[in-house]
Order: sequence, then structure tokens, then C-alpha cells
Amino acid sequence: MAYELNVNGKAMTADVEADTPLLWVLRDTLGLVGTKYGCGIAQCGACTVHADGAPIRACVTPVEAIGAAQITTIEGAAGLEVGRRVQQAWSELDVAQCGYCQPGQIMSATALLAENPSPSDADIDAAMAGNICRCATYVRIRAAIKRAAGQEA
Amino acid sequence: MGIISNIAEGFSPSRRAVLAGGGAGGLVLAFSLGGKGVAADTPTALNAYVQIATDGIVTIVSKNPEIGQGIKTSLPMLIAEELDVDWANVRTVQADNDPVAYGRQFAGGSMATPLHWDQLRQVGAAGRAMLLAAAAADWGVEASSLTTEPGVVVHAASGRRAPYGSLAAKAAGLTAPELSSVPLKDASAYRIIGQPIPQVDTAAIVTGQPLFGIDMRLPGMLYAAYAKAPVFGAKVASADLAAAQAVKGVRRAFVVEGGTEFDGLLPGVAVVADSWWAANKGRKALNVQWAEHATSSQSSQGYAGQARSLVEAKAGKSLRSDGDVEAALASSAKTVEADYFYPFLSHATLEPQNCTAHFHDGKMEIWAPTQLPEPGRQIVAKTLGLAPENVIVHMTRSGGGFGRRLMNDYMAEAAWIAKEIGAPVKLVWTREDDMRHDFYRPAGFHHFRGGIDASGNVTAWANHFVTFGEGEATARSAGMAPTEFPARFIDNYRLDVSMMPLGVPTGPLRAPGSNAIAFVVQSFIDELAHAGGIDPVEMRLRLLGDQGLVGDDARSGYDAARMAAVVRLAAEKSGWGGALPARRGKGIAFHYSHLGYFAEVAEVSVADDGAVTVHKVWVAADVGRQIINPLGALNQIEGSVIDGISEMFGEITIKDGQVEQSNFDTFPLLRIDAAPVIETHFIKSDNPPTGLGEPALPPVVPAVTNAIFAATGKRVRSLPLKAGELVAG
Ligand code: FES
Ligand code: FES
Repeated sequence: MAYELNVNGKAMTADVEADTPLLWVLRDTLGLVGTKYGCGIAQCGACTVHADGAPIRACVTPVEAIGAAQITTIEGAAGLEVGRRVQQAWSELDVAQCGYCQPGQIMSATALLAENPSPSDADIDAAMAGNICRCATYVRIRAAIKRAAGQEA
Repeated sequence: MGIISNIAEGFSPSRRAVLAGGGAGGLVLAFSLGGKGVAADTPTALNAYVQIATDGIVTIVSKNPEIGQGIKTSLPMLIAEELDVDWANVRTVQADNDPVAYGRQFAGGSMATPLHWDQLRQVGAAGRAMLLAAAAADWGVEASSLTTEPGVVVHAASGRRAPYGSLAAKAAGLTAPELSSVPLKDASAYRIIGQPIPQVDTAAIVTGQPLFGIDMRLPGMLYAAYAKAPVFGAKVASADLAAAQAVKGVRRAFVVEGGTEFDGLLPGVAVVADSWWAANKGRKALNVQWAEHATSSQSSQGYAGQARSLVEAKAGKSLRSDGDVEAALASSAKTVEADYFYPFLSHATLEPQNCTAHFHDGKMEIWAPTQLPEPGRQIVAKTLGLAPENVIVHMTRSGGGFGRRLMNDYMAEAAWIAKEIGAPVKLVWTREDDMRHDFYRPAGFHHFRGGIDASGNVTAWANHFVTFGEGEATARSAGMAPTEFPARFIDNYRLDVSMMPLGVPTGPLRAPGSNAIAFVVQSFIDELAHAGGIDPVEMRLRLLGDQGLVGDDARSGYDAARMAAVVRLAAEKSGWGGALPARRGKGIAFHYSHLGYFAEVAEVSVADDGAVTVHKVWVAADVGRQIINPLGALNQIEGSVIDGISEMFGEITIKDGQVEQSNFDTFPLLRIDAAPVIETHFIKSDNPPTGLGEPALPPVVPAVTNAIFAATGKRVRSLPLKAGELVAG
């Protein structure tokens, strides 16, 4: 059936089965391929998007559960003041290796900083432990979050 | 002699062929796109790698696949440096698979830097020489009287200046100079090489632009899922397709007979649908009976039992025998005997295998994340019965490679399905498909015997290696070189090998061979050090001795002096020898691979319940005189170190011929909360620069296990780490 969704501030319609995860609606139906598939079982965080500002795993969130929630994806991250800062820090430190996990990392980091503007190391570990980086860019992810938080030059 | 291939298969078997062909087929500048008839605003192709637009924007082709190693940035940097342009004016594009223009295109063996360091600088310098020649002709002066500033040819005597954009069309019509004849810059003049330059795709990555194979979209594209037997290569006995075809959105389900080659098209059932979710739902609804298969009773337990029998029977075939190990052991002051094991591992690239294929106009066009496009093209041609020239392969960015995408099985599958369907198709594997149809890092068993004299010097070393293979043929990436350290460094040295048949695909995983061999060798060295009461750093320096280069030349030999230098540096930077609290310890290890010399110290603590935390790793590296891009170099080293630690916590096991793990819940990868601090130091030795994708990984594994011994007195001889074996008391 047709679902009315609000994605990155735009009204969109997706005519899909009710059990279709938001991840595949975004990628295949709406053409927003920035959100990534890594595991499909909420283990890797590659599919992280925001629902009303909170990070969710789109791979295990059926489209019928979205309702009126405002969805923000990596393509809309620059529309958030914190998102822009995070993207900037990610660029300056050149965090990525392959880059595949980074949309999910950026969305998790953005949600963290929106909630907690000056996170401790433990806060960062707790908020980011759901996001696997197979290339293991963790050293730079930590540094970039601190830079985005204004905690280092 | 099959086993001798060791590190190389897939990575560098034809290194010589590449070098020989590189001059002729690979790097010859192509001047077919000359200046004539080029519209004023069309960029001019100066050669196969460089286009210059009239506004001075320079487009540089990156020939190799980008898998996260940063090659799409670092190779164009080499050209840009010698072309002498401003990096801000450089755009880079990914080459398609085109062996005629670019020679061999691959991501493997950390070979891109050593193979291209001279050649691509020469390509840039040749382009610059042609721009100089064009300006010289315009101005009626000698080319030798001209110089360049970034993007501009300058005649100092007259003060005349011409931007490259104004010269490109004319330059492109000139004859290219002999590559080896063009002078190269002195390193002191570098403006780009050696600078910390962010990846060219960074902006696209952080904003989520389509870059990866899985992001491909074509008009009218359908989506496919492909079910294969859990026992590798088993055929479809029967398949009930009705339930799959009844799923909304499914267009068609069909059986693929397939063949027997692991890296080609294996038997299975394809489901094609309007969306991937529907395709995969259809695939789950399939009812497939798989045929019995010769390997369906194999298991990890079975391999372990066979290995034990082979060791007990002393059934190894000799690969190397120096001196008289048995006599030396008999006269040793002390002997140590130990069995080591490491498991199968999965590559687990975060982007699962996928491929988009479209058969049109008699040609199969393919978009794939691949580390080795040309063999993929050949496999597709063979599988579909097409002439290779009718298969076109576009390389996309890869969401990780680690060796997995040296095999192109997913390419053959997508091509077959797309041809059958007659529409563009994107095949995407599930994570479960990916983990259960990998080419695994082979497991291995080593039985060591070592002897030391009264002063703690190693007098004998015997390694009975039990690995996989049949007859003379070692399973892929399951070999060990007879020159592997400490061969040639101990007078009485033996390497014997036994092989067991294996029904599981294996292949190179980042630093293949080395990622396992370093663990066992550097651990056993530690055992001998402790047995003789010698400090582990001192023991290593004694073993390396003062022999300098061992072997024929810097490429095939082992430079003990370079290794000793990194060992000393790692020890010094880590404050080796200082006191640490209880259940905290440091371990050191070194390993040479991919032409890189690495020593690493790990500091770990082991909780009372046996949980291991790696706090910090010090890395000392010698990869030659020049770090091309320090920003990328550090990222590769940090990633390799954490990757190595991550590999100590997971394993792939086989039962009933099938892989037991299927996703990140059963095959864990290290997460940010377990990532250590990493401190890296380079020694800039006077050697040509070499690659960094792999060689930092191997030493960290034994550095950690040796640190665990220092912290607990318990020797880890089997991976993965088991907390239960490290509990206090
Ligand atoms: S794809 Fe959703 S958490 Fe991995
Ligand atoms: S950058 Fe490759 S998975 Fe994170």
C-alpha cells in the first residue's frame, strides 16, 4: 500500500508492502542510497537514520511503523546544524577508508552530539558501539566527534 | 612444490609479467585523442591518464580499484606532482577495466605503490615535457630554457607565461617522450607527495552520494537474490518455486545449473523482483533440496583430529631442512614443544558482495565492486559463452576488499541472471550469503620444537605445518614459504608440511599467510625467550643478528638491519622494560611482508574473568624513504592494527560441510569501545616507497598474545582468544 513519509523535510510516497524495512524503501523505492545495508539484523549500524532526531536502525524498522515520524538520512544531514559540523569534522580528519559505514557513523554521531554536546570518551563509546567500521577507522571517529564538539583544535 | 606459492597467489604471481608488460602495454601514453578538432571548451586528453581543460582543470585517471586503501587519491598524486599542477585544480576519475590502456589493474598485495612509484611519476613528467615542448614551439625558444610553476609554463628570460590549459591541445599533438628518459623532481621539490591530502571522494562519502557497487541504479533495473547450497558447490536436487513466485513483486524464480568452480557460477536458485526486499522474501520462501555432496561430512573438529594424527605420525613432507635439527635438539640445554592453531576467518567486507549487470546489443555490461576486474571479465565471458571483448566491466568503489573481491563469483552470478532475464539486474547478497560463501582465511596447525643453548641462543627450530590441499596443490592462501623467518637465521631449521583435503573455498585475507604465520612464529620465539630467561626484545635482536640483507636483493630478500631498527624503535617508544601493574603486560613482535618492515608493541590487561583489553599499540614501520600521503598512511596502519586485533576474537567453523556463523552476532568484529590508542613511528630508510594496505597487520596479533603472557603467564597457542582460559588464579 502507499505510505506517506516525511524524509529530509520532504513529503514522499512509497507504494510498498507493510513489512518492507525503511532501509529498502529509502534505497530502492525513494532512491536515497546513502543509507547502507550491512547486516539486516541491527548489528552493524550502517543503516542508521534519525526518526524525530533519535537514531534508529532502518534495516529492522518496517515502513508501517514510521507513521508521522520525521526521517532524516545522511542525504539530509547537512540540513542539521550539528550534522554539518560532524560532516565537516569527518572531512577535515579524513575519517573514511572505504567509507561504507560512514553514513551510519555520521548519523549516530550527529544524534549523540545533538543530545550531548560535550560527550566523554565513555559517552562516545556507548553511543557509537552499535556502528561497526570494518576498516577500523575508530581512532579517527573518536577524534572527529571531539572536533565536532569543539573539544580539540 | 605447490606449497611454495605462499603469500602470492592472487596478489603477485605475475609481478614480473606486470613489470615487463607495464612499459609496453600498461603505461605507454595514448595519443590517439590529439588536438585536432577539439572544441575550445573540451578537455584535451594529454595521454591515457591526463586531460587538461582550457580553464586549467586537470582530470587524472586512477587506474586501480578503490577499496578503501586510498589509491584513487595517492596514484593521481604521483602524476600531479610531476606534471606540476596545483592539487586544488585536480579532479580524479576511476578508470574502467581496460588492460590495453592501463596494464594490470588490481588492488592486492600492497603492490600499487611499489609498482607505480616510478611509472606514474614518469607519466606526469612526460606530460609536463610535452607542455614545455608546446610552449617552446609557440615562443620559438629551447624547451630547456623553460620551467614550470604549478599549472603554468614560464620563460624566465622573457617573462612569458602560458597556463597549461592554453597549451594542452597543442601538446597533445606532439610525440610523447620515452617514459624512462624524462627527468624526475628531486624529493625536496615536492609540493604534493608527502602532504596530508584527504581522499578525493571524501565529500561524496560524508554526504551519502552513490559511490559503491550496491548503490548502482539503472533505468528499468530489477533486483535479484541468489540462493546457493550451504555445502559448497552442492547441486540443486529439486526446487519448488511456486511459493517464491507468489510473493508480491517477484517476477521470476529459476534454477541455475552452474558449475563446480568456487570462483565462478555455482549452482543455485535465482529470484528476480521489482525490489530487493521482494526478491529476498521470495528467496526465503523457496523450498530447495540440495544434492548430497562429497564434502558434506567435513567439520572443523574433523580437521583438528586429522591434524593431530598427522603430527603424531610425523607425516610431513620436507619443505626445508638446514643443518641437523634432531642432533641440535638432542644437545640443547633446553627444548620447548608446542602446538599452535588459528581458525578460518571471513573477510566480512561491510558492503556485501553485489553486482549490477545488463545484457544489451550483444554485450554484457557490468558494474562491480572488484579488486581484480579483468579475471572477472574472463569468468563472465567463459560462463556466458561470450567473447571477452563483449564483456565490459566498470569498477565501482568497494565497501572494503581485504582480498574478498579478488574473486568475482558474484559477477558471474549477476551476469547469468541478467542475461536470462533480459533486463538490467542488481544482485545483492545478504550478510548471511556473504559470510557463508566466502573464500576463507585458511585455518592452520603448527607443531613446533625448538632448542636453546645455555646462554639462551636458539640452536634448533622445527615446524611441522598441517594445512589444506590435495596432492601437490595447496589450498589457496594455505601455503608457507620455505624462506619464511626464522629460516636462514637459525642454522638447524626444518619446515615440514602435511595437507588435508578441504571442501571449503579459501583465499587471501589482508596480509595472506602473514596474518597467521606471524602469530605462530613470533609467539614461539617468545616461548624460547622465556625458556632461556632472555628478554623478548633482546631475543629478537639476537635472532636478527648483524647480517644485513639476507637473500639476493631488496625485493626478494630479508633485510635484518631494517628489521632490527624497527624492533629497537618500537621497544624504545613503548618504554619497554618498565614496571606495570598486576595482570597488565607488554608484548613485542615483528614481521616482514609486502616489502614492509614492522615491529609492534601491545600493552594489554587481562581482567580476572579473562577478558582481554588492548590499551595501546606502538607501531614502528619502515616502508622506505617517502610516505606518499601521510593522512592515508596513518589510517591504513591504524586500521590494520585494529583489524588484526579484531581477528583474534572471531572464527569461522565448519560442521556438516557448512559454515556455522552467519552474521555479526556470531562472527563479531571489533567495535569502537575496544579500539586501542595507536602510536605510529616511521623510519625513513633509503629504500623505494612500498605499500601500506597490509604489512602493519601481522605483528599485532602475536604482540597481543605475547602481552597476554606477560600479564598472566598464560601462553595463547590457539585463536580465537578464550576468556575462560585466562581467568585469574
Ligand atoms: S544494516 Fe541495519 S544495523 Fe546493519
Ligand atoms: S570506512 Fe570501511 S567500513 Fe568504515
